[in-house]
Amino acid sequence: MDAIILQILNGLDKGSAYALIALGLTLIFGTLGVVNFAHGALFMIGAFCAVTVQRLLNLSFQTVDETQKDFLGNPLKVDTPYVEAWFGPEIGAAIIDWSVPLALVFAIPIMLAVGYAMERGLIKHFYKRPHADQILVTFGLAIVLQEIIKYFFGANPIQTPEPSALKGSLDIGLMLGFDPNAIIYPIWRLVYFTFSVVIIGGVFAFLQFTTFGMVVRAGMADRETVGLLGINIDKRFTIMFGIAAGVAGLAGVMYGPLNPPNYHMGMDFLVLSFVVVVVGGMGSLPGAVAAGFLLGVLESFASTTWATTTIPGINQIIIYLVAIIILLTRPRGLMGRKGVMED
Amino acid sequence: MLGLDKKDTSLLIIVAILTLLAPFILNPFPAGSAMAQFNAGYPDLMQRFVIFGIFAIGFNILFGLTGYLSFGHAAFLGVGSYSAVWMFKLLSYNVIPAIALSVVVAALFALLIGYVSLRRSGIYFSILTLAFAQMSFALAYSVLSNPKFNLTNGETGLQVYADDPQIFHRDSLPDMPHLFGLSMRSTYKLDIGAWSFDFNVGYYLCAVIMMVMFYLAIRIFRSPFGMMLRAVKSNQQRMNYTGLNPRPYTLAAFVISGMYAGLAGGLMAAMDPLAGAERMQWTASGEVVLMTILGGAGTLIGPVLGAGFIKYFENIFSKINDTILHQWFSFLPDGIEDFMVFIVHPFIGKGWHLTLGILFMLVVIFLPGGLVEGGQRLGNWLRNRGKRSGEAKTKHEPAE
Repeated sequence: MDAIILQILNGLDKGSAYALIALGLTLIFGTLGVVNFAHGALFMIGAFCAVTVQRLLNLSFQTVDETQKDFLGNPLKVDTPYVEAWFGPEIGAAIIDWSVPLALVFAIPIMLAVGYAMERGLIKHFYKRPHADQILVTFGLAIVLQEIIKYFFGANPIQTPEPSALKGSLDIGLMLGFDPNAIIYPIWRLVYFTFSVVIIGGVFAFLQFTTFGMVVRAGMADRETVGLLGINIDKRFTIMFGIAAGVAGLAGVMYGPLNPPNYHMGMDFLVLSFVVVVVGGMGSLPGAVAAGFLLGVLESFASTTWATTTIPGINQIIIYLVAIIILLTRPRGLMGRKGVMED
Repeated sequence: MLGLDKKDTSLLIIVAILTLLAPFILNPFPAGSAMAQFNAGYPDLMQRFVIFGIFAIGFNILFGLTGYLSFGHAAFLGVGSYSAVWMFKLLSYNVIPAIALSVVVAALFALLIGYVSLRRSGIYFSILTLAFAQMSFALAYSVLSNPKFNLTNGETGLQVYADDPQIFHRDSLPDMPHLFGLSMRSTYKLDIGAWSFDFNVGYYLCAVIMMVMFYLAIRIFRSPFGMMLRAVKSNQQRMNYTGLNPRPYTLAAFVISGMYAGLAGGLMAAMDPLAGAERMQWTASGEVVLMTILGGAGTLIGPVLGAGFIKYFENIFSKINDTILHQWFSFLPDGIEDFMVFIVHPFIGKGWHLTLGILFMLVVIFLPGGLVEGGQRLGNWLRNRGKRSGEAKTKHEPAE
């Protein structure tokens, strides 16, 4: 029992990332009808927002400290980050420590702007072109974004540690009444899961309970009629693209501590997220989220020693296998709607 | 000639001449001169040109004719390579059985994957093929290389070891891939003045195979079967209404293009008897898509051009470094020279992929027909200009 709970928990953090990316992909697909191969790159840009914030906060100046000597007897040069000088050493150190959560604030406007620019500058011209062209141009864009990041940040993964208060793990088993040390779970993964639930809930609430969201849903159902009612649906869809980019970006920011960001992390997640979208059902938001968590947990179960000794390497292929089986038995995916992408 | 009309015959002859004379054409600069680094006429690169040419021709039969965008074609390439190396391990270094097996195995693989993937179309098809290719990659990389059952040798890559059976191997035969004793690596060097040209057996084997494959592709394009595939692309629904089932045609196209990919993989292994899983990764599939689109999908010569273009510039761009740039811009004043080098720097050397990505985006946005369409537009423009200057200059032509 505790082993099962542990595997479910283990799957949740990856599942959260899948769900968030797939949610954004589905938002874009449902509103604009565009297949966005650059969505993984947006996730990656989000992660590098955190890297940038961390670097900015660590900008420092050097002073010579006469009281301390190094081993040669020369006065020691001390690096003081500007934030520590401005806000005092304690608050400054705390700010640096919390750079990843702080990056969220920084990432939201950037990701919205990137999404907006992408839609207005490029995707807009591809609505009337075939899906293959959309795939190709966003694939090209993904390569370009990836290479730009590689140019500025290098090819190696960059550590973005979580705040020290959230380091370490929690003995969840103890809280649930199992033996101690049965279920040990890192705190940051729990944070990531909670965060993704909040974001997903936020997006759904936004679509469900605001007038803007209502119009967007109406536009997803019948774009033409909404346009005929005198509503500028294109503008709203552009904003939705920005929001989808934002969701992917925030997912990336928070993912940094789990897996140090590198320039091709987006591509790695993208392929799986597409599979997630297809399994969930093209154009279905709840389907994307459910499939994301489901596949994450499945992957985690397939990585147990028992599974890998029975069928070696099952953890590597389980998601693809499931996707193939689902597409063949339920071609619309788990919660796909009729009439979406059925050419 | 050979059942082709005049235009296609001349196209085939041009391609034949270009491939056969490639060692001359690709080596325009004297060896040892400053420009010699832009020579592409060395065996390794020339082999890659034609092998990727075959790969792209095959991909184009599927994508160019039926419009089905497969993102998993590298899987067939990888499978072809693995089967070829297995032939080397079990029988001998002769390339004929290796290439034959790689084509057969790739065909079986394509039949299986195609049968499943072609149940869906559009974006679903792309994602399904992508999923299959990634699965094959994972299988080759880790699953099928456990000690109990080592089919792919995992990360190291499959290669021939001294204790492999090689039952038909004789001491008189070379210890590397050969065609009945003629080693693939043997190269005849021809020196004319300052120039030096390499004539490599492996290259010519690949070149001959590519010409045969190119000929087959022309025949497919011009056949009733090719018409059916075009019908699938233009309007599948109408095809259904006329009582035709598109599935067998698309499946046949998928298998044929998979066989082309397998052949390319087999040749790759024949040139260098090593097969690694990274050949199957989806970036490799993306590369052949790039080649085909860049050259011009749906045209005969486009994919070959695209393959040559990408492989050539990959090779050249990655060689250029800042020193060379400084030489190029040395005619400018110092400040501007540094600035130009600074501007160009991200696009060269390791930044080649950035250039490729931008180029690819530009082609998809402005020239969906690729280089071939670009050439045609340029030709039309020149012709019209010539005509217009000959006629009265006052005549207004409607835009587009």
